[in-house]
Amino acid sequence: MRYPVGTTLPELVKGPITKMDLVKYSGASGDFNPIHTIEEFAEQAGLGGIIAHGMLSMAYVGQVITDFAGVDADLVDFGVRFRAMVRPGDKVICKGTVSKVEEKEDGEYVYLQVVAETESNQVVIKGNATLRYL
Amino acid sequence: MINQELIGKWSTPVENSIEKGAVRKFAQSIGDPNPLYVDEVYAKESRHGRLIAPPTFARTLDYGVVVGLVIPTEGLIHGEQQFHFERPLYVGETLWCSYRLGESYSRSGSLGKMTFLIFEEKGVTPQGETVFTSRSTVIMTQGSDT
Repeated sequence: MRYPVGTTLPELVKGPITKMDLVKYSGASGDFNPIHTIEEFAEQAGLGGIIAHGMLSMAYVGQVITDFAGVDADLVDFGVRFRAMVRPGDKVICKGTVSKVEEKEDGEYVYLQVVAETESNQVVIKGNATLRYL
Repeated sequence: MINQELIGKWSTPVENSIEKGAVRKFAQSIGDPNPLYVDEVYAKESRHGRLIAPPTFARTLDYGVVVGLVIPTEGLIHGEQQFHFERPLYVGETLWCSYRLGESYSRSGSLGKMTFLIFEEKGVTPQGETVFTSRSTVIMTQGSDT
């Protein structure tokens, strides 16, 4: 077995997120929803200020997974629930654990549980991923 | 209100090319230095034999429109996101992308009436090979349904 159940992935700390990070992500992703970039708009929307794109936090979690996978494994499934908002100034701490390993005909499947939280231990993302080692 | 007759109807697929510059910019914007996304020499010698895109890049593609399906743009909450990959997205390839509203249901909660929209997307090669599918759950609160 390549990675026993319970193996933890190297933790990845992203941020603190800046407003410029959100401007850049808006441009690179094409998601120009102004709640991520324009303070007045986010205030009026009742959000109490700018919030980060959920997909940016998901991308951070994705990095933990793909770093762990390296070039040997393919990412087959990746799913998350968005649990809380991330704001400029927040760090996003991404973690993962091997929850199951399965030998199949087309390779070894490694199942991961992943989570992202802020410095104040607020869970912002919970999810899971499946890697296939050929 | 969502036109219930349009649930399940696929958009006309849109041609997307997975552009090297777009992938590079995306990788930079998420602060991911993985050489598989940007280093052509490294990527060429890898198992993939070419540059690939980060998994969540798939979300940035153009999935077209379902004619008549109008979704409010404000007050939406992105609740869940799932991807399933048959293989990574290759830089330089063309994918035909489309989406549909797979399901819609309402619930009453502490925030009033909430409507859940389950979108399904897919990316298919010109040869008809599905490279990825995805599902996005978007929550419409009462405030957004004006």
